[in-house]
Amino acid sequence: MTSVADRLQAAGTANALELRGVSKLFGALAAISDVTLTVKPGERRAVLGSNGAGKTTLFNCITGDFLPTTGTIRLFGEDVTDFPAYERIRRGLRRTYQISLLFNALSVVDNIYLACRGVSRGRFSLLRPRTNDALMNSAVDLATAVHLLDFKDTLVSSLSYGQQRQLEIALALAGAPRFVLLDEPAAGLSPSERSELIEILNNLPSHIGYIIIEHDMDVALRVSESVTMMHNGLIFKEGSPLEIESDPEVQELYLGSGHE
Amino acid sequence: MTDTPEKQVSEDNSGPLAQRGGVAHTRRENNLGFYGWVSEIPASYGLFAFALLLLPAVVSSFVLSQIFSWALILGMIALSLMFLGGYGGMVSLSQMSVAGMAGYMLAILGNSAITDISIGWPWWLAVPVAIVIATIFCTLTGLLAVRTEGIYTIMITLAIAAAFFYFTRQNYVLFNGFSGFNGLAPPQLFGINWKSSVPFYYLTLFWAAAAYLAVLYVSRAPFGLALQGVRDNSRRMAALGFNVTAHRVAAFTFAGVIAAIGGILLVWLNGQISPGTIAINPAIDILIIAIVGGLRRPIGPFVGALIYVILRTFSLDILTSMGLAGERFQLLIGLVFLIIVYWSPDGVLGLWDRWRERARQRDPWKRSSNELSDRDELS
Repeated sequence: MTSVADRLQAAGTANALELRGVSKLFGALAAISDVTLTVKPGERRAVLGSNGAGKTTLFNCITGDFLPTTGTIRLFGEDVTDFPAYERIRRGLRRTYQISLLFNALSVVDNIYLACRGVSRGRFSLLRPRTNDALMNSAVDLATAVHLLDFKDTLVSSLSYGQQRQLEIALALAGAPRFVLLDEPAAGLSPSERSELIEILNNLPSHIGYIIIEHDMDVALRVSESVTMMHNGLIFKEGSPLEIESDPEVQELYLGSGHE
Repeated sequence: MTDTPEKQVSEDNSGPLAQRGGVAHTRRENNLGFYGWVSEIPASYGLFAFALLLLPAVVSSFVLSQIFSWALILGMIALSLMFLGGYGGMVSLSQMSVAGMAGYMLAILGNSAITDISIGWPWWLAVPVAIVIATIFCTLTGLLAVRTEGIYTIMITLAIAAAFFYFTRQNYVLFNGFSGFNGLAPPQLFGINWKSSVPFYYLTLFWAAAAYLAVLYVSRAPFGLALQGVRDNSRRMAALGFNVTAHRVAAFTFAGVIAAIGGILLVWLNGQISPGTIAINPAIDILIIAIVGGLRRPIGPFVGALIYVILRTFSLDILTSMGLAGERFQLLIGLVFLIIVYWSPDGVLGLWDRWRERARQRDPWKRSSNELSDRDELS
């Protein structure tokens, strides 16, 4: 673990996220190989790529759901390569999952409350929250922000699919996030839910950066200022949304040759 | 260990969207506050508690100690299993060993008929130390068990229970081997003989009620909620900042305290402890009690324990009255449990819930009653 002095020095200049030569092998299969990626604080980036390009594996390596086979991962200047997931989350990293991972037997507000509690002290508290508990209030606020206030006491198992996706986002915004990984947040959402999602993302405070995996180009290009294309576990191209959209190689590979 | 970043994070918990929302804080009315939580206990339980308090006036001293005190104690030990299994998703077969460890430590540190081994500490020292040692034992069991999941947790805890049983049976220096300890009794205090059936009943009732309320309360406190989160989705809990392993181990510590108090009461009730008390059979009986009662709510283990104790006590009489051989009493117990679990995999509690649901469906006035009150009772 780095010293406080190291951390303070890194704080001003550090990138939000810095991956160097990160690879993940499953047996002989390289899900991602030699990925080097730098994201500045507050930057909003989209990661595009076909199925199996290694996008979700990249996320799993960054959050620590599993450790990379090779390479180093730095979060706000700190080497977190060997850190368990919960240590990275406590440092301001958040993520959502492609397939909602929620607590089905608990209510909406309890789900968000757990997320708020996870990044603050008192995780082992044996005392119930009091009537005006700050974390419980902020959980209710988050439920409001993702339009789930009317359902705050509903069990997650009886929410609709779209509502579960909204709850996923609420869990990722609990506490004081500094960098969020969004794994296909718009998948399966209706057009109106999509525009709500875009609104939520565009309204995030500017110091919160994120990486978004998204198949829907409309969503991806409207919420990001830079784009990384992945293909077969490698980074294929990086650039602004405009550059990527007009790149002939990208069009050939991803958008299909018929795209104008 | 992680000072700086965590402080920053916990400083502002209102989240980025809070400022944007602009909606007045809507407070959760139910379940919150220090005293409000008692409302979760169904009103009918008040009557039930009243009946339990008046029980000594109605039943004989044999029924009081051999049925009700025993059921309350077994219910407490099964409650510790319910806490681990129901809220934590970890089924442990070593909870009887934890209770036995507390009992053995009380016999060794306090007074017993085996004066060569017993140190003779006063009860106010021996009892807390015994509970602490048993709790540490349960925590260490947890440290081993939480590395595994599902059936492997059961196997590891079963192995620990078996190892502890054989150890106590073969160790004569400390555990006095096969014969164990006898001559154990609760202390004389405030001029009351706590060994006699009525005071002892109230003693067990007090601690059983305390354990029940503690589990009910903690189930909605951050620790208990997080434990249920770990049960439902451990990967997501890690991605929310929780140290899942530490949470599971802490659950074993919490359950250990309850099982240890049960163990102390158990040796006071029986006046003795021997390897037979903590053998594999009693360990499995605790699991049966918890499953038959129901793992979903903390009242389940007590219901299961009462059914178990009644069957244990009267099955011999029932069998002989039917002209069958009395030694087949295990068969009768097994059959009743088979029937309950066959009809309701979630135990007697599950039967009760379904019966109530059906009654509600029949009653047109209650059909549209909101889901909320129902859920709170379940949690």
